[in-house]
Amino acid sequence: MKGRVLVVDDDSALAEMLGIVLRGEGFEPSFVADGDKALAAFRETKPDLVLLDLMLPGRDGIEVCRLIRAESGVPIVMLTAKSDTVDVVVGLESGADDYIVKPFKPKELVARIRARLRRSEEPAPEQLAIGDLVIDVAGHSVKRDGQSIALTPLEFDLLVALARKPWQVFTREVLLEQVWGYRHAADTRLVNVHVQRLRSKVEKDPEKPEIVVTVRGVGYKAGPS
Amino acid sequence: MSGDSAASAPGRSGGRPGRPVGRKTAGSRWGRLLEGGLLQGGVQGSPVIRLFVRWVRRPLLPVMRLWRRNIQLKVVVTTLLMSLGVVLLLGFVVIGQVRNGLLDAKVKASQSQATGGFAVAKQQAEEAVSVTDGQGTAVDGSPSQSVIQWMSDLVESLSSGGQGAFDVVTLPASDESGSGRGPRASGEVNPTASVPAALREQIDTSTSAAQSYTRIVYDTKKDSQPGLVIGKQVNDPNSDPYQLYYLFPLTQEEKSLSLVKGTLATAGLFVVVLLGAIAWLVVRQVVTPVRMAAGIAERLSAGRLQERMKVTGEDDIARLGEAFNKMAQNLQSKINQLEDLSRMQRRFVSDVSHELRTPLTTVRMAADVIHEAREDFDPVTARSAELLADQLDRFESLLADLLEISRFDAGAAALEADAIDLREVVRRVVSGAEPLAERKGTLIKIVGDQQPVVAEADARRVERVLRNLVVNAVEHGEGKNVVVKLAAAGGAVAVAVRDYGVGLKPGEATRVFSRFWRADPARARTTGGTGLGLSIALEDARLHGGWLQAWGEPGGGSQFRLTLPRTADEPLRGSPIPLEPKDSRRNRGLDDAGPPRGDGDGEKRATAQEPGADGPARAARDPFALRPSAVAPTADPTALPGNGARVVSRPGSTGVTPGARAEDGSSSAGGGDAQVRGAGPESDGLFGAGRDGADAGVAAGGPQAERGGPAGRPDGGRSEGIAERPSEGVRGGAGEPEPRPGAPVGADGGLGGERGESAARGAARDGEASRGR
Repeated sequence: MKGRVLVVDDDSALAEMLGIVLRGEGFEPSFVADGDKALAAFRETKPDLVLLDLMLPGRDGIEVCRLIRAESGVPIVMLTAKSDTVDVVVGLESGADDYIVKPFKPKELVARIRARLRRSEEPAPEQLAIGDLVIDVAGHSVKRDGQSIALTPLEFDLLVALARKPWQVFTREVLLEQVWGYRHAADTRLVNVHVQRLRSKVEKDPEKPEIVVTVRGVGYKAGPS
Repeated sequence: MSGDSAASAPGRSGGRPGRPVGRKTAGSRWGRLLEGGLLQGGVQGSPVIRLFVRWVRRPLLPVMRLWRRNIQLKVVVTTLLMSLGVVLLLGFVVIGQVRNGLLDAKVKASQSQATGGFAVAKQQAEEAVSVTDGQGTAVDGSPSQSVIQWMSDLVESLSSGGQGAFDVVTLPASDESGSGRGPRASGEVNPTASVPAALREQIDTSTSAAQSYTRIVYDTKKDSQPGLVIGKQVNDPNSDPYQLYYLFPLTQEEKSLSLVKGTLATAGLFVVVLLGAIAWLVVRQVVTPVRMAAGIAERLSAGRLQERMKVTGEDDIARLGEAFNKMAQNLQSKINQLEDLSRMQRRFVSDVSHELRTPLTTVRMAADVIHEAREDFDPVTARSAELLADQLDRFESLLADLLEISRFDAGAAALEADAIDLREVVRRVVSGAEPLAERKGTLIKIVGDQQPVVAEADARRVERVLRNLVVNAVEHGEGKNVVVKLAAAGGAVAVAVRDYGVGLKPGEATRVFSRFWRADPARARTTGGTGLGLSIALEDARLHGGWLQAWGEPGGGSQFRLTLPRTADEPLRGSPIPLEPKDSRRNRGLDDAGPPRGDGDGEKRATAQEPGADGPARAARDPFALRPSAVAPTADPTALPGNGARVVSRPGSTGVTPGARAEDGSSSAGGGDAQVRGAGPESDGLFGAGRDGADAGVAAGGPQAERGGPAGRPDGGRSEGIAERPSEGVRGGAGEPEPRPGAPVGADGGLGGERGESAARGAARDGEASRGR
């Protein structure tokens, strides 16, 4: 599988090791060690995925994440040494799609990267409706009254997963598996944060969600069309 | 006299502000006294009295509370009562003195007047004798007309000198029966009614003058009035004795006296009211700053450390304020210091974490790359690569645990509570532990998962705790079954993980939660735990406001119970699952009743504790480990006092343990038999539990039933109290050799009756079983 991966990490040894592993898996890694230069490097290399360390000299990872997200929906996977709730949630809220806590195994990392890259492969023509939204799966667009709404690929996947089975209540674990590709349920905060982000984009009133409805104690389901 | 009523009048009105409270309080005290005394005296059988006491007490409760809580009220009421007493006393003394002073003068004047009158009467009688000598006396001795006339004249002449200042009354001597000399009186005084009988008798018996106070009654409509009466026995011209009385009205004196009383009453009223007001004001001066201090102390303890008292002046209150503020200041700085330390600690942990993890990640990846390529290496290098990778795993988990613990120590752990169904968590954990269980030949059973067990909890943490417990149980279970039991009741949910392995020695139940503690240092570390798992689990439980407790007995296995409050901020009062599993108690019952069993299995079981002991010993043990669980009612849901009624009985087959046992492949056929037989009772017991729950809750019934039920087994009812102990009290349960029969029945008490009964049933069955073997 071909994929350009931008590794933003200041630890040269780790970056080199990441390079070895990624190359071994057939990716094309490029590197940048400084937060300030990360955005320029991103524009230059146009990667398919960004591996982003949270602790960086110059701009920190959160800021870099926000900047990249501002101009692209490219998948971002955070590397973090802190599994503390706050750090992870802040990272996810700044736009990261997934995170992986150091120390990780190479296979784990590769699996996450693959999961994030996989989605761009099989777009079958499909029209879905959820609430008053119309989703064109192949065209990767979401429209309300003809107005299209910009979603990141991950948010789009999340919405599509819910919209495909509007009768089903998805537990967070199921969503983690379907959207993030986790085999074992890991961190349901991923789901919570991304549902919030999705709601902030597609709901008329994110306080009273109608598209992505919370089923208390269970999970989420698509709102009635 | 009417002095009392007059003097008490001010008191009554003056005491009004405070009086009702005082009186009511006193009443309530009586009520309490009455209640206490009577009830202690064994009158609880009389519901009427109890009802009455309750009826009296109920409206008084708020007043009593106010009285207990309000020092100002207490002081004011006390002041009012005491000043009322003082004023009353003073009033009595003053009025007594005034009355004495007024009357003394009057009495003296009256006496001299009366003495004069008596002399005149005597003299007139003598004169009359000399005038009418020889002609005035009738032969029959009856008074002649002239004597009657003489007496009327006498009364008139005597009273004429008084001008209404006194009246004169003559009465016949009492031994004289009604002759012409009837009672006479001046000024329309009713002679017989106005002279008290006691005085008449006194005068009859003596010849001297006597006096008394009386009310002068008039024949006309004139009101009666108080008066002084002085009387003496005098002879009439015939030398017949008669009684002559002088009556002096005391109207004037009474007026003066009532004026004084009125004045005193008014003054007393004012004094009492004003004293009450003064007390109120003075107490307010003291109480207000105290209340302020209390309020500020409360706010301080609620975390608003910048709160200070206002200090004015230099008096004691001001000193209190200053001291208070100083204390607050010191507290604040200490707390800030601690917070700084904690923050530093947290930063340090976070930094260490990051600094360690980044190179570790590189090492990890490098090791994995090498590990992947180990086939190309020579055997020594390949083995080294394997060791490297394995030990990196261990290092990683150790690091992770250490960081987690230090996060707890720094108070940096945060709870992300959400409503979760513990059944999901348990299923995940169990399926995660399956590979290990398969290697160990252990079956993991889940009991009590028919109903949702929902609690507000942090799924990640709860899962971590349960994974730890289950993995531990499998590891130490010696290949025997592990039962994971869920239950919910009242405000709590619980998950208990039971194994039938080596168990815990006395005292170990607390130590298992110590960091880096290992059950047996000599034991091989099969899965290479970090030794921090249970410490972290305990912290996780605490973070939820829950309990994590251990129970175990040597050779009888152990049970770890996690109890969580159903809602995050609710304090726990009990656990739906008793800490000590029912089957253990049953086991011990068998132990104690060893001789009756006759086969000495009890001893064997008690001694064959070596981890390595297997074969026959184990085989013999198995049925025991299990049948008990089959027989004993698992009456857990009612463990919460008074909550039994909320428990839902569980449908579905729950005789899991026995069945599992049967699969267990235990070598002894006899054991298998026993298990199968046990299956019935087991499910019976579980159903029974639901039933019990419905009518449990009367804790009172517990103890007797407990004692009475397992008559054949003296220890039947023990260790109930152990089940309910807060997390810190882990020490409670475990291998304690001698449980306290008297321990607070708490949780299980409600069930006592039922338990006793089924225990008895169990005993019967037990006998049957041993016969069967």
